[in-house]
Amino acid sequence: MTNRIIGLLAVAAGTALAARGAVAQETVRLNGAGATFPQPIYQKWVLEYHTLHPNVEINYQGIGSGGGIRQYTDHTVDFGASDGPMTDAQIQAVDGNVYHLPTVLGSVVPTYNIPGVTAQLKFTGEVLAGIWLGQITKWNDSRLTALNPGVSLPDQDIIVAHRSDGSGTTYIWTDYLSKVSPDWMQRVGKGTSVNWPVGLGGQGNPGVANIVKQTPGAIGYVELIYAIQNSIGYGLVQNAAGNFIQASLATTTNAAAGAVAHLDANTDFRISITNAEGAQVYPIASFTWLLVPKTMTDMTKARALLEFVWWALHDGEKYTTDLAYAPLPSRVVQLEEERLKSITVDGRPVLPRNYRGH
Amino acid sequence: MMRGRLVRQLIGSTMTGLTYGAAVLAILPLATILVMLVVKGAGSLDWNFFVRSAVAPGELGGGFANAIVGTVIVVALACVIGLPIGIGTGIFLAEFGGARFGLVVRFVADVLNGVPSIVIGIFAWTWLVKPMGHFSALAGGFALGMILVPIVARTTEEMVRLVPNSLREAALALGYQRWRTSLQVIVRTAAAGIVTGCLVAVARVAGETAPLLFTALGNQFFSTRIAGPMAAMPLQIYVYALGPYDDWHRQAWAGALVLIVLVLALSLIARAVVRAKRQHA
Amino acid sequence: MADIPATVLQPEAASKASAEARWRALRTVSRGDVVYRSVLTALALLLPLLLILIAAELVINALPAAGKFGLGFLTHSTWDPVQGQFGALPLIFGTLYSSLVALVIAVPLALACAIFLTEFAPRWLRTPVATLIELLAAVPSVIYGLWGIFVLIPLLRDHLWPVGRHVLGWLPIFSGVFYGPSVLAAGVILAVMIVPYIAAVSREVLLAVPPSQREAGLALGATRWETVWSVILPYGRAGIIGAVILGLGRALGETMAVTMVIGNRHEVSASLIQPGYTIAAAIANEFSEAVSDMHLASLFLAGAVLFLITVVVNAIARVLVWRVARGSAIGSTAI
Repeated sequence: MTNRIIGLLAVAAGTALAARGAVAQETVRLNGAGATFPQPIYQKWVLEYHTLHPNVEINYQGIGSGGGIRQYTDHTVDFGASDGPMTDAQIQAVDGNVYHLPTVLGSVVPTYNIPGVTAQLKFTGEVLAGIWLGQITKWNDSRLTALNPGVSLPDQDIIVAHRSDGSGTTYIWTDYLSKVSPDWMQRVGKGTSVNWPVGLGGQGNPGVANIVKQTPGAIGYVELIYAIQNSIGYGLVQNAAGNFIQASLATTTNAAAGAVAHLDANTDFRISITNAEGAQVYPIASFTWLLVPKTMTDMTKARALLEFVWWALHDGEKYTTDLAYAPLPSRVVQLEEERLKSITVDGRPVLPRNYRGH
Repeated sequence: MMRGRLVRQLIGSTMTGLTYGAAVLAILPLATILVMLVVKGAGSLDWNFFVRSAVAPGELGGGFANAIVGTVIVVALACVIGLPIGIGTGIFLAEFGGARFGLVVRFVADVLNGVPSIVIGIFAWTWLVKPMGHFSALAGGFALGMILVPIVARTTEEMVRLVPNSLREAALALGYQRWRTSLQVIVRTAAAGIVTGCLVAVARVAGETAPLLFTALGNQFFSTRIAGPMAAMPLQIYVYALGPYDDWHRQAWAGALVLIVLVLALSLIARAVVRAKRQHA
Repeated sequence: MADIPATVLQPEAASKASAEARWRALRTVSRGDVVYRSVLTALALLLPLLLILIAAELVINALPAAGKFGLGFLTHSTWDPVQGQFGALPLIFGTLYSSLVALVIAVPLALACAIFLTEFAPRWLRTPVATLIELLAAVPSVIYGLWGIFVLIPLLRDHLWPVGRHVLGWLPIFSGVFYGPSVLAAGVILAVMIVPYIAAVSREVLLAVPPSQREAGLALGATRWETVWSVILPYGRAGIIGAVILGLGRALGETMAVTMVIGNRHEVSASLIQPGYTIAAAIANEFSEAVSDMHLASLFLAGAVLFLITVVVNAIARVLVWRVARGSAIGSTAI
């Protein structure tokens, strides 16, 4: 009788072990949350990846950069995403267990609606700061007409629009204004939510775009992709080299290239690339980051996540331009490869040393 | 007030006219909303919309299947969690609510009605999502259920109270025990009103977005697992409406149209059932 | 002394068993009643429990902000996440102001609809119209928001205001330039959202007024309208006030629709056509992106203030109704 029981147990154990091997084909589900700006490209990536690897389901939802950081800190998601990097205090709250991995680049443009004006206006950083500080109040202000000699700007009030919800777009915009205008830096500063001196608040990029579209004389700031998709006019901005540059995918990638030229190999990627050096650089651009743990606990999930991120940084980048996101410069991708390979579970690296993708 | 008869009749007619006008004015927003949704959304309703889940942005052919099913599941969870508590409390208030405890509960229900739905969502996050370690449809259902409870409690109470005391006295005189009188006579009579109250409340929570942001989270994939994140129509509509793509906007309008039709159909069907019940009773 | 029953003169003679039996027969509370009441009480207890838990969550998370700002949180208007300075006066003001506008519009409108449905509408019209009004409650707030942006605001800004400005523009509550997003737009949307609640409950209350009251009024020579105004409405006063409180609760906490049309500006302004902000809208807008702990704590503190406002408003309403209820009969115990 005992023999039979032992025999049955052995068979059961053997089946269980064999089944474990088969578990590798079971569906792996990962959840990520954070910034809304890169949501379209991230969702494109996870769906494309799913068709290549049907057993991997990665669900990403855009709840806001701050939300992404908080959910990451509270361990309710497997990875986070943010348009603004975590502060030192926030990194300390997760005991340093986070890598900031840039994925794509975005840029923010000044968009306006002036009756009778179809030309592309030129702006400098100080002029933009002056408008949003409420110091420049009319379209035919001398500072604007000086920059745009060929355009007849009307004697009309400038109606300023900004974001009412906290957002990474605002972070990029105010980060830039803080760099080019000491006045702005002192009075307002930079953040995902700031104390706007003047203006109407719109919800989301479409909210601001809508205010501009429907209000003659309005000016606002939106992500480049919104301006393109909604066919609204946007202006040129002067960069650090003095050139007036139109925001485009190329000029946005240039901004990153300019900034990473001086990157330390040990960088944690929490860098701002607004007002970067370079002749053909658009000055109001930024990385957006994935927040990924340095040490994880579940090997299957870790493997799935890292393989996905690797794929996104290499094969995924070819989907970016169609969706109006600028791809990363290759040096950044190289540095990120090393970060990915250094992620461990229980001390063991998740990806093999010679990993090349899959 | 001594006024001539003619003046009084004039006042009466004017007031009557004004009430007609009020009814028209009240219905006007509903009419314009439906027209707006049909104009902007009907064109985007196709087979794909109902059977396919979200596809990658920029691609066409995606749909709302994951969100439609998700809404049904989350709302069903909310009903299971919230309706029994709400109706029970409402009956309690109507039957035993004269005492001080009843006053307290009534007051509490009114206050809870004023709590913004996003606060309820944050509350559900603290109590369900964080301990469980992940987002879930269950947490979303819980949040919506907590919104249901005070609304349903108050409307149930009102409806039960409106049943005339004579019915209660008659039942007691016939020898029914108190609890049977309450349940089988009073509540049954008020059932139609209670159901209507529940439906109005359920229809409201079916359209809530804010509480789901931190609980159900949303899901691009089709899912029926209540222990994981789940898509929901209001969430997806909100995300798509705020997105950059025209295709997303079209789907958002279509989704809004479907949501409203679903919710209106729910209300109307239940009404019809209740009316039929009345005729048989 | 022969007419006095023996059982009274000699109580010991009555057997204990029969006394027990009589006593049991007189008992009016059965075990079923006890169970019933206990179950219902237990369910009802969950509400105060929920309230306490929510209040606790708000208060505990708000403490850092309360400690830093104190009462200044209620009186200052600067909301600066970068500098860490938070004053919620515009939020509080906007919440109360927009809800007030909503009530001013919705109560007469909803009451008029309820009266229409119970008194003046032709029978065949009553159910369809009542259904349509109640369906307003089914419309999700996001859709109201979209309607506000695409229908209401253009209507107000491009069609009604150019005309209204000449008549009303001199009033301080209509001063300034009208861009569209405003407290007025929010008030109108809130009014549309709460009309179905007030109308539905008012209608039930009015329907429950005994026909005898109506007939008495008419018999005394009142016109139909006068009967409504002087007899029926006062009769249902308490229930109607209850309906209004229900609607107000909805208005104070409404988030999505308001934030899409109110302009979201941290500023106190008496003018209805200027943008404003409410506590609920601010929480919805800023919570998911709030990065600093003080910002988060300030949002929780604002939420706690909203909580307090709701409690105070309900308390005032309850006192009012208690006074009024002494005069009316129906529904008085409902309040």
